[in-house]
Amino acid sequence: MRHVISAFRGFAGGRLAAFAWALLAMMVAGGEALAQGAAQGMVGAPQPWGMGLQASGGPIKDAISSFNSLVFWIIVVITIFVFLLLCYVVWKFRAEVNPNPSRTSHNTLLEVAWTVIPVLILVVIAIPSFRLIYYQDRAVDADLTINVQGRQWYWHYGYPDHGNFTFDSYPVQTADLQPGQIRNLDVDNPLVIPVGATVRILTTGQDVIHSFFVPSLGVQKYTIPGRTMETWLRADRAGTFYGQCNQICGVNHWFMPIVVRAVPPAEFQAWAEQAKTRFAEGLPPGPVPALAAAPATPTMNVAEARR
Amino acid sequence: MATAAHDAHHDHHDHTPSFVNRWLFSTNHKDIGTLYIGFSLIAAIVGIGLSLLMRMELQQPGMQIFADGQMWNAYVSAHGLIMVFFVIMPALIGGFGNWFVPIMIGAPDMAFPRMNNISFWLLVPAFLMLGSSLFIGGGAGAGWTIYPPLSDDTYQTGPAMDMALFGLHLAGASSILGAANFITTIFNMRAPGMTLHKMPLFVWSMLVTAFLLLLSVPVLAGAITMLITDRNFGTAFFDPAGGGDPVLFQHLFWFFGHPEVYIMILPAFGIISHVISTFSRKPVFGYLGMAYAMVAIGVVGFIVWAHHMYTSGMDVDTRAYFMAATMVIAVPTGIKIFSWIATMWGGSLTLNTPMLFAIGFIFLFTVGGVTGVVLANAGITQILHNTYYVVGHFHYVLSLGAVFGIYCGIYYWMGKMSGRQYDEKLGKIHFWLTFVGVNLTFFPMHFLGNQGMPRRYPDYPDAFWGWNLVASVGSYISVAAFLFFFYVIYHTLTKGAKAAANPWGEGATTLEWQVSSPPPFHTFDELPRIR
Repeated sequence: MRHVISAFRGFAGGRLAAFAWALLAMMVAGGEALAQGAAQGMVGAPQPWGMGLQASGGPIKDAISSFNSLVFWIIVVITIFVFLLLCYVVWKFRAEVNPNPSRTSHNTLLEVAWTVIPVLILVVIAIPSFRLIYYQDRAVDADLTINVQGRQWYWHYGYPDHGNFTFDSYPVQTADLQPGQIRNLDVDNPLVIPVGATVRILTTGQDVIHSFFVPSLGVQKYTIPGRTMETWLRADRAGTFYGQCNQICGVNHWFMPIVVRAVPPAEFQAWAEQAKTRFAEGLPPGPVPALAAAPATPTMNVAEARR
Repeated sequence: MATAAHDAHHDHHDHTPSFVNRWLFSTNHKDIGTLYIGFSLIAAIVGIGLSLLMRMELQQPGMQIFADGQMWNAYVSAHGLIMVFFVIMPALIGGFGNWFVPIMIGAPDMAFPRMNNISFWLLVPAFLMLGSSLFIGGGAGAGWTIYPPLSDDTYQTGPAMDMALFGLHLAGASSILGAANFITTIFNMRAPGMTLHKMPLFVWSMLVTAFLLLLSVPVLAGAITMLITDRNFGTAFFDPAGGGDPVLFQHLFWFFGHPEVYIMILPAFGIISHVISTFSRKPVFGYLGMAYAMVAIGVVGFIVWAHHMYTSGMDVDTRAYFMAATMVIAVPTGIKIFSWIATMWGGSLTLNTPMLFAIGFIFLFTVGGVTGVVLANAGITQILHNTYYVVGHFHYVLSLGAVFGIYCGIYYWMGKMSGRQYDEKLGKIHFWLTFVGVNLTFFPMHFLGNQGMPRRYPDYPDAFWGWNLVASVGSYISVAAFLFFFYVIYHTLTKGAKAAANPWGEGATTLEWQVSSPPPFHTFDELPRIR
């Protein structure tokens, strides 16, 4: 997707820049949030005027992005081809220059060609596509398992491999936003995972169907009452990855964001130890201790590089 | 007979009944077709009005005009259901289908004229049920897909959801009756010499559409019946606590829902074929391929439904199958696109308004089609499912596909139906306004979807603001174009020039151009003979 987006960027830079910057200036809240929220490594979040897929935080999203750019170029070529063909036909065969229409209504070779060539193109798409879905399907050797449950209207996470503690993850109300937090995306207790670990996700439902959706990690799965479903994710880069509930679930469907924070394994262990006691004692949610002390790193460098 | 008094003023084949008999108890396919088109235009005011409110809300972050998420959800759901069941289907199938299928095959009327009348009049209470559900309690806010458990009585309390479901039942019954009527008419009432392989492509498209309706709508009826009994009579078809399964509903819904999208686009395919051929002054290229491509789309359309459920936890092998089957549909669709271009190739093109809409349709349907190929891949859809990319995709094939088909058909046949020809300059202004408006509305949605904006959100993170603003501006232009369209209709009916029997010249070869504009109340004195 890298080239695609840079191509788009060029376009955006040329024509839309003035408009975009004027708008950006108005979007103080969002803009500042993005600049500061990146203090913990990369940020997987939507960007103002973004056109392509979000930045990549892990191998599944990498695989999706690279396959997506293949399909993207194929459909761009097809669309341009059809567009040019239409322009040519409309220009070349307009009534003024071509008053006598031909009566041709068959051409077997042509008809076979426009049946067979699309089939071949689809085969070219299908082979990597099958490989991708089998790769995405489930973790081969999971390092840990996390239970994810969608509830009206918050997320409930469980860590069965680390003392089986569970906790709720509520959205931060706009009035309570800290500097650096993103409106409608930040939560009080993020889902914390170790960087580089293969995480098995088991989704269950409680009330209605929700969808656990984190674009920058390339993961989405419904949470359906009455069944447990499996998927997996891995963050190769430390950072914060934002997502949102993606299946209509009632009045606050739009306000149950997801935050996944990937931290170095040692920090994760420390966090898990503390979380076990904190959540067992029913303490009010607070900042993630190990992360609060982490040094600030340059903001979007990793994310930009991944494009 | 109430019509006896009028008989004296007309000759024997053109006795128009009194107003009540003509418009309330109508058994005339042309009058019923007119009723359908009028109904569709009224429903479109409501459906487009809802979308205008939605775009106003989404123009900037924060909650502006909607009270809460439930109200938003109810409006979103009503917009989808109204557009599908009460705008696109009545216009394309009930409207143009009723008007032109009998004429094109040389039949005196539909096979079951009274059933035709009841098909239409079932739609009116259906629309009132669905429309008024918006104002009962919190409305029916479970999306047009009405997935349980959200559509259960626990989460959608009160009668609003039941009214919406009952409205769907009525609309479904109307569709099934209409479909049976079309199939019977097309199979049994063709004029001598009109073999299946000589039938105009619009009739072919209606035949395939009618079969899709007949086979898919009963499945929806079954599913929503179970939903109604789950809600009201203590059954647990879709409730896991009682041994039921929410995913079962998704399978049933999409077994209807996927053919439904072809039901909406196939009649437009038929119209486009006629218009391209007429204004290129050439016969349709690859007629048989075009006809059987539609049959193939119809057949394959029944075995791809679960591509709407890639994230519902199906086994990966099942996903692989549905992915492969879905991509196969691109082949017959490609055949149609290229055959239309080949029809224009070597032709003598005049760019009247219907032709502009037809060419616009081909390009925009191509865009909607290729994004469909992207979404067919479950691997990518893992992060595009339920995002605005999907919203962009299906509006490109429906709002720019089916709706362009409707506009195209109205301009093409307005002279035939009303006896008065539209003003070409006004028509072209309407085309360009619409073209710019809808593209500005729906193209940025692909960007929003790529960036991960979920659908059915009344408020969104601020980063999504920019493209949402563009989309909203586009929708204002589209709505302005829609209002302008009403002016075009008004202008046509009051000031339009009298339409000739065939205003389009030698390119228009189907039977409706052989009769006067408008055709007599009983179209044919004697059955036409097709060479």
